Amino acid sequence: MDQYAFRVENLHRTYYMKGETVHALRGVSFDVRNGEYIAIMGPSGSGKSTLLNVLGCLDRPTQGKYLLAGQDVAQINDYQLSRIRGQRIGFVFQSYNLLQQLNVVENIKVPLQYQGLIGRDANAKCRELAELVGLGSRLYHRPTELSGGQQQRVAIARSLVNDPYFVLADEATGNLDSKTTEEVLDLFESLNQNGKTIVMITHEDEVAERAKRVIRLRDGMIESDELNR
Amino acid sequence: MIAQFFQTVDLGIKSLLVQKMRAGLAALGIFIGTSTVIWLVAMGEGVSYRAQQQILELGAKNVIVRTKQPNEGSEEDASSRVKTYGLLRADYRRIVENIPNIRRAIPMRELKFELRLDDRTADTKLVGCTEEYLELNRLEIARGRWLANRDRGEKVIVLAAETARRLFPYENPIGRAIWVGSEFYTVIGQTKDRTASAAIGGSLDSRDYNLDAYIPIKTLRQRVGDLVMKRVGGGRGFNFVGEDVELSQITVEVNRIEEVDETAQIIETLLKKFHEEEDYAVVVPRELLRQAERTRTMFNVLLVVIAGISLLVGGIGIMNIMLATVTERTREIGVRRALGAARSDIIGQFLTETVVLTASGGLAGVLFGLSVGPIFRFIKQAVTAISPDALPPIVHQLEPRIALWSVLLSLGISLGVGVLFGVYPARKAAYLDPIEALRHE
Repeated sequence: MDQYAFRVENLHRTYYMKGETVHALRGVSFDVRNGEYIAIMGPSGSGKSTLLNVLGCLDRPTQGKYLLAGQDVAQINDYQLSRIRGQRIGFVFQSYNLLQQLNVVENIKVPLQYQGLIGRDANAKCRELAELVGLGSRLYHRPTELSGGQQQRVAIARSLVNDPYFVLADEATGNLDSKTTEEVLDLFESLNQNGKTIVMITHEDEVAERAKRVIRLRDGMIESDELNR
Repeated sequence: MIAQFFQTVDLGIKSLLVQKMRAGLAALGIFIGTSTVIWLVAMGEGVSYRAQQQILELGAKNVIVRTKQPNEGSEEDASSRVKTYGLLRADYRRIVENIPNIRRAIPMRELKFELRLDDRTADTKLVGCTEEYLELNRLEIARGRWLANRDRGEKVIVLAAETARRLFPYENPIGRAIWVGSEFYTVIGQTKDRTASAAIGGSLDSRDYNLDAYIPIKTLRQRVGDLVMKRVGGGRGFNFVGEDVELSQITVEVNRIEEVDETAQIIETLLKKFHEEEDYAVVVPRELLRQAERTRTMFNVLLVVIAGISLLVGGIGIMNIMLATVTERTREIGVRRALGAARSDIIGQFLTETVVLTASGGLAGVLFGLSVGPIFRFIKQAVTAISPDALPPIVHQLEPRIALWSVLLSLGISLGVGVLFGVYPARKAAYLDPIEALRHE
């Protein structure tokens, strides 16, 4: 396997809104190796969200390359993008985004279903992951029966279930209090220590501090790209 | 593949159960639609089955020639007090002598007549008939015996069940004498209860056999005669009108069923020569049967159209609900897209949900539809218990008959409605921009 989780080269993303042209990204390039833990920071309007969408294969760049494990996914169709999201990327959202009608195990299983991976093995894997994030005793609870921190743990377990190339976390601790934030960050750190590549989008310094590398964006371009400590 | 299908269905059910009330109400439309199809068709089939049975009772091999009152023609006719019309004994002879392929022809004369015994009276239909009349009309003897060859010209009478009850509420009528006009007749038999038969000729009334009294046709002719006078209106003076009719009906039975239509035509041609006016009608039960068949088909088409409209309305209700659901679950759609769902997966999910909704409504509707028999009987009994005369007799005789095609059709339509009205909301869901959908509150 490629030593890079992904590489982006000269990414541009331009929107046309009400006759106005918005340059959200103006030539962003960086590489992320396997096993890295990076934080992407920037004030609002810096292009952070656009970059997240492109990295998450939810959006296509107007120009530039996005190499996921050596394959350029910058200009592929909607169906292929869906498949790549399902197989290679693990999402963690600020507001957890668990499905209310499903229990913990079923929520973790969702990405597998879209790859046709269902059955006993899949269930076993989901239970294992639930235990890994410390929810072994709440396998059949509904999201409404869990605290915010617990819900985010379920979301993290869900992001890992498809063995992604990297976990893409978008303000993953934004809705949590400082104590649970710590716990969730500890979880990310231990995952990273076990070899998971993590890309954390955040605007909080305390969160970024825990990452090994921080990329700062400003006006759609990289302002700085440096290692922590 | 199969496991995945069940997973999708399972998910659909779970999602629907989140909004139980809403899903239930949406499915109710389909439930009503499907059960309506089955109920209406079952009722229609029940009615037409009865009609067919009744027509068959008239005999598929028979041609029935009936006397009917001619249309009021000239003023001269209207002013004359005694009207002479109808089939003649000569017609009967002509039919028997001229048409070779008839098995038998049975003449009959009936008139309204009051029978008396002491202070009890019965307004009956006095029927002058031959021995074959019993078999021809599938009457059965309850006690005593039917008219026989040796009774011709004798003063004997057979009473129908209701007639007997009115004249002899407590006693056995056999052997007793009753007044027919100004003469005593001996009761020799009594027939069993018999349900009303189909109307024939132009009359809309069905023939009710229960208030009959039967005497030999020869006796009727000799002792009662052809002319019947009755009092009309009030006031002073001579307010009687009379009808002079020789025969009320001739039932002609042919040898083979294929000959029925042709024989009917021959009879008609034959009668036309001797009757200036149209004072008779030739009825072919087989033709009535064919008409009933056509009516039934038209009726069924009508019912299906009505039920189709109700299912359409139900379908629109379903679509409305699904559109609301899609809007409400925009976030979920975004999440699923982010987690790897392709557009086709989202379409599949929402389409499955719609079909589960309509199919469960449809299935429940079919079950309810299939129970039409017991439920209808129960309602009939309940209404009769509360007020015995509330229901017309036709309802009492009606027995719904479930048609298999209506069950399959309604189930098929309910599934079809699910797919048809599910596609648009599902596509709407699938073509949401995942980024927008994720941001949706």
